[in-house]
Amino acid sequence: MRFVDEYRDADKARALSARIASLCEPGRTYKFMEVCGGHTHTIYKHGLEDYLPETITLVHGPGCPVCVIPMGRVDDAIHIAEQPDVIMTSFGDMMRVPGGRGSFFDSTAQGADIRMVYSPLDALKIARREPDRRVVFMAIGFETTTPSTAMTVLRAAAEDVRNFSVFCNHVTIIPAIKAILDSPDLRLDGFIGPGHVSTIIGCRPYEFIARDYGRPLVVAGFEPLDILQSVYMLLLQLAEGRSEVENQYARVVPWAGNGKALRAITEVMELRPYFEWRGLGFISHSALRMREKYAAYDAERLFDIPGNRVADPKACQCGEVLKGVLKPWECKVFGTACTPETPIGTCMVSSEGACAAYYNFGRFSRQRVREATR
Amino acid sequence: MTETRATREEQVLERIDRARQRKARVREEHITMAHGAGGKATQTLIEAVFLDAFRNPLLEPLEDGAVFAAGGTRLAFTTDSYVVSPLFFPGGDIGDLAVNGTVNDLAVCGARPLYLSAGFVLEEGFPVEDLRRISASMARAAAAAEVSIVTGDTKVVQRGKADGCYVTTAGVGLLERDAPLGVAHARPGDAVLVSGPIGEHGVTIMLARGELDIEADVTSDTAPLNGLVTALLAAVGGKVRCLRDATRGGVATILNEIARASGVAVVVEEDAVPVRPAVRGACELLGIDPLYVACEGRMVVVVAGDGDGDGAGDGDGDGDGDGDAEGGVADAALAALRSHPLGEGAAIVGRVQDDPPGLVLLKTAFGGTRIVDVLVGDPLPRIC
Repeated sequence: MRFVDEYRDADKARALSARIASLCEPGRTYKFMEVCGGHTHTIYKHGLEDYLPETITLVHGPGCPVCVIPMGRVDDAIHIAEQPDVIMTSFGDMMRVPGGRGSFFDSTAQGADIRMVYSPLDALKIARREPDRRVVFMAIGFETTTPSTAMTVLRAAAEDVRNFSVFCNHVTIIPAIKAILDSPDLRLDGFIGPGHVSTIIGCRPYEFIARDYGRPLVVAGFEPLDILQSVYMLLLQLAEGRSEVENQYARVVPWAGNGKALRAITEVMELRPYFEWRGLGFISHSALRMREKYAAYDAERLFDIPGNRVADPKACQCGEVLKGVLKPWECKVFGTACTPETPIGTCMVSSEGACAAYYNFGRFSRQRVREATR
Repeated sequence: MTETRATREEQVLERIDRARQRKARVREEHITMAHGAGGKATQTLIEAVFLDAFRNPLLEPLEDGAVFAAGGTRLAFTTDSYVVSPLFFPGGDIGDLAVNGTVNDLAVCGARPLYLSAGFVLEEGFPVEDLRRISASMARAAAAAEVSIVTGDTKVVQRGKADGCYVTTAGVGLLERDAPLGVAHARPGDAVLVSGPIGEHGVTIMLARGELDIEADVTSDTAPLNGLVTALLAAVGGKVRCLRDATRGGVATILNEIARASGVAVVVEEDAVPVRPAVRGACELLGIDPLYVACEGRMVVVVAGDGDGDGAGDGDGDGDGDGDAEGGVADAALAALRSHPLGEGAAIVGRVQDDPPGLVLLKTAFGGTRIVDVLVGDPLPRIC
């Protein structure tokens, strides 16, 4: 298939793998964080680690949209969904995420009308089709999904659709990366930067990482060769003593980002003073809320939500996994109490979550898999 | 340092493996959609509720149908309910699906399907014209599969209590073959085949629901497999270990059942798995793996490696697995499948080996390796 197979070419991978190995300093170990959950998924799905020397560890970062939703917000969303005449709409990944009182799937089993959509525009379509119902879109995700939420609100306003609103949980990636850089328990050699987020925000917002923290960052695409090439580019920077922001994903990511999308976000939303991240706690200026001007489309204003904070389960170490301090299997409950069937933490829910990816694709030592498939 | 870490990881993995062996328990208080998706949640529900209540030696293997002798005749018996939405979709409708599905469940037991029953649950207000269409399509499918629908039942429920029309079919078939087929019969050295491109039914239904705004030229693969099974058994009869139609949960789920029930590893070459470009494209866009997408006219076939015995298998577990499967039996099975119109796209996709038992491993097209697990529920489209 065109535009897919050329980025999964095993011969090219072998060539890159050899160049990566030749750049590794003997006796030195490297830790690179892939910020985005999409990268984590690619790494496991294609068995990419087979191409890396043992001295390179890929650390999974916080960029998994559903993984960072705190339990209290899930409860709030379920509370909204239980109000009369409400249709809650959500991305598929969100359906299994546990709150303090269960997930969306549990809630639908008890009569709430929660529907899976593929885009907020589909939610708006439902609102037009069912004018007697109040349709709420559970908006989650980083800058990748935020513009489509903002554009949908703008369209709803333009068409004067009154029964549509957004429960805004959009978060921003830069404060999360900063929180990780400031975390004392982690030493990273560089970052594989989030490709999709960067199509919106561009590459400039990462410059402080290279400048102030002295860590290289390479914005990467989502095919396995993209990620291998980014690892190569990171190693090359280290070998040459550079610390820069580079763009491996130039076929999609403009250096300056997408102005139109950014303007739509700014028109509709503003930064919250602080927001709770699952496992990471409260991070200031790390999330967006709807502006006063669009109050008529803001579910947080339209519904009386409980807003209770629910502490993460004690056993759950998602925070450490999201920060890359722990590998998924190092969590105390991984694979025993916490499995994809009965997730305790969010990292076990989404296929982009580090724990789910490791459990579903990699639950086996690399060594044994290699021997078994030789 | 790295060694202790690797050892620790091994210990954790062993602990997880033990946790996975534990008896299934349904923790939910209510049925959720995941319980119907054919993955782990379905398995757990069946084992913890139904098997617990009905336990008997015929049910216990949890095959597609039960196989038994009655009055000196060996029979296969199976049942299945159909709740597909939309009722009519490119390549078929709920009617031919209901006939083909039950015919296939009998065929993969190695039986010749004979008679079917049909039960209808209809929602008040359902158009009679649609019911005629569905019945006509069932009649055509039954004729094509050379079975008769000989008994039935009709119930009507109030508007809103059902979604138009549900169909349940049951079927009996005659077993004319001695060697048993089943997911527990795979042995190291065996070859694994699929009878054609996978994932077409599931993708067709997803697109036909019209929620995705994706258009693709793809139609359901719904078809009766009994003719194809006959052709296969005629060619390599005694060497066939296991046949399963890859419905809910797709090929990946069937391979996991085989690995688990037989205590073997199944190693699949991603490159070798036939997937039509339209299906692959749709799956790429949605972020789902075609290995988990339902088929309604494809089966997974396990045949003995060369030099291995008739049906029973030597079970010596020598298990090196290399090379054995490449030879004559697998090729003969492939040729037999390809000689039939429904098996033109058949392919050898992998092999069985002894280690690591209970797991399905995938050699990715990219050249890496990973495991292929059973999903919990439906594959959920990813966000971005």
